[in-house]
Amino acid sequence: MNPILEVKNIRKSFGNNEVLRGINFTLNQGDVLVIIGSSGSGKTTLLRCLNFLEEANEGTISVGGKVIYQAGGGKKMTDAEIRQNRLHFGLVFQSFNLFPQYNVLRNITLAPEMLELDKFKAEKGKKPSLADKKRITDEIEMHAKDLLTKVGLADKMDSYPFQLSGGQSQRVAIARALALAPDILCFDEPTSALDPELTGEVLKVIRELKNDNRTMIVVTHEMEFARGVADKVIYMADGVIEEQGTPEEVFGNPQSPKTRAFLSKSAIKG
Amino acid sequence: MSFATVTLDLLESFLQNGLVFILTLLGAIPLGLVITFGSMSKFKPLQYLVKTYVWIIRGTPLMLQLFVVMYVPGLVFDMPMQSRLTAVMIAFIINYSAYFSEIYRGGIESIPKGQYEAGQVLGMTKSQIFFKVVLFQVIKRIVPPMGNEIITLVKDTSLARVIAYAEIIKAAERYTAMGYIWPLFYTGVFFLVFVGALTLLFGWIERKLDYYKG
Ligand SMILES: Nc1ncnc2c1ncn2[C@@H]1O[C@H](COP(=O)(O)OP(=O)(O)OP(=O)(O)O)[C@@H](O)[C@H]1O
Ligand SMILES: [Mg+2]
Repeated sequence: MNPILEVKNIRKSFGNNEVLRGINFTLNQGDVLVIIGSSGSGKTTLLRCLNFLEEANEGTISVGGKVIYQAGGGKKMTDAEIRQNRLHFGLVFQSFNLFPQYNVLRNITLAPEMLELDKFKAEKGKKPSLADKKRITDEIEMHAKDLLTKVGLADKMDSYPFQLSGGQSQRVAIARALALAPDILCFDEPTSALDPELTGEVLKVIRELKNDNRTMIVVTHEMEFARGVADKVIYMADGVIEEQGTPEEVFGNPQSPKTRAFLSKSAIKG
Repeated sequence: MSFATVTLDLLESFLQNGLVFILTLLGAIPLGLVITFGSMSKFKPLQYLVKTYVWIIRGTPLMLQLFVVMYVPGLVFDMPMQSRLTAVMIAFIINYSAYFSEIYRGGIESIPKGQYEAGQVLGMTKSQIFFKVVLFQVIKRIVPPMGNEIITLVKDTSLARVIAYAEIIKAAERYTAMGYIWPLFYTGVFFLVFVGALTLLFGWIERKLDYYKG
């Protein structure tokens, strides 16, 4: 089986600070990759490179065998190409970043609606009629409601983000990312901003997504969850992959002393 | 000299204050946005130029700016200012657009980076992010400071008198010259009523925008 995602030699510096120093990994369709590592090891930066929020200085990213990012690959990507390519990925932020002025349903439908309407214009060479528009928005809305049901928030669709708990906000953010049907959904510490009693409901949603065979990359400090949900684990330290393997290998029988030190520290904390 | 005639006379000159007020808003609200984009430009020379300009405009009295606009073209360029209203409008629009631009900038910069990034990862274009995500949040945040500034503008319109523009205080001073001081004090009522109406208007807008927090 060909991997859905192939990351080759990603390097990223901020000024003189080399934060990612050659990251290589692959991910199979339907697998969950959990990335662990201490603060400052470059986990967020890696996710941001995958989602085109940062531009890697070196390396390539391929999805489904197609190169979607190549650093210094001669010509610069246009904004439209970047937008197209980044839709292979979804990103759920630590701090949710919901749009406060829109209700829950609108938070989810806003982006797909604009994308579909733009696509209609591009394909048909004309603006959508009112009827076309209604058909498109109705369809997106129905899909959004399904997603809200899936994350257990069907009754909250008219609420505004300020009326939600952290756990609910994060579940809306997950539904919002799912609405664009990304090939690979990334989570950057999705529960770090939550009270401990609320992390469970978010982790449950991620487990359910795994059962739907979704390909995901999860950065987390929740070691028990990581061990349970991961098909593959990467431990990052100082901008390199110090160790990778199955959860049994990395958690059960870590080879690198750094991994062992990190895991024993986490165990004491957790 | 009846109360009614004075009232009518002052009301008529207060229309001039109203005119300066409206035209200043019409000019300074959009011009302020242009200045904001300049002061937030990634092109450093432009940014410094615009910031220096804003510093000069906000760092000198509006009264002085009125004198400069009124007399400098004639004295220096031999092109005397043809109309007092034009001079008043140039000075007011320049002055207020500088203040507005700083309010806009504060509003735009107060929007968390995460809002832009959320829009980006959802595949939105830059303009979709600005118009669909950011703009409304900026408007909500700048309504209170804009309200303050606009109320200040109401009272500042009386400064036009220093270049002999026929606004309400100048009109009242004619009565003072005739020995009646009360019309001068009476002008305060006109300002109070106008500012009162604006306060209600801004309170209403703020309540309308208060359907969400954050
Ligand atoms: N925009 C930036 N400019 C400069 N340095 C940055 C920037 N973003 C990240 N860094 C630096 O890159 C390094 C890695 O940061 P990153 O956020 O990727 O770590 P992390 O593994 O996600 O840590 P944490 O567990 O604390 O979230 C840090 O030293 C950080 O200071
Ligand atoms: Mg991080």
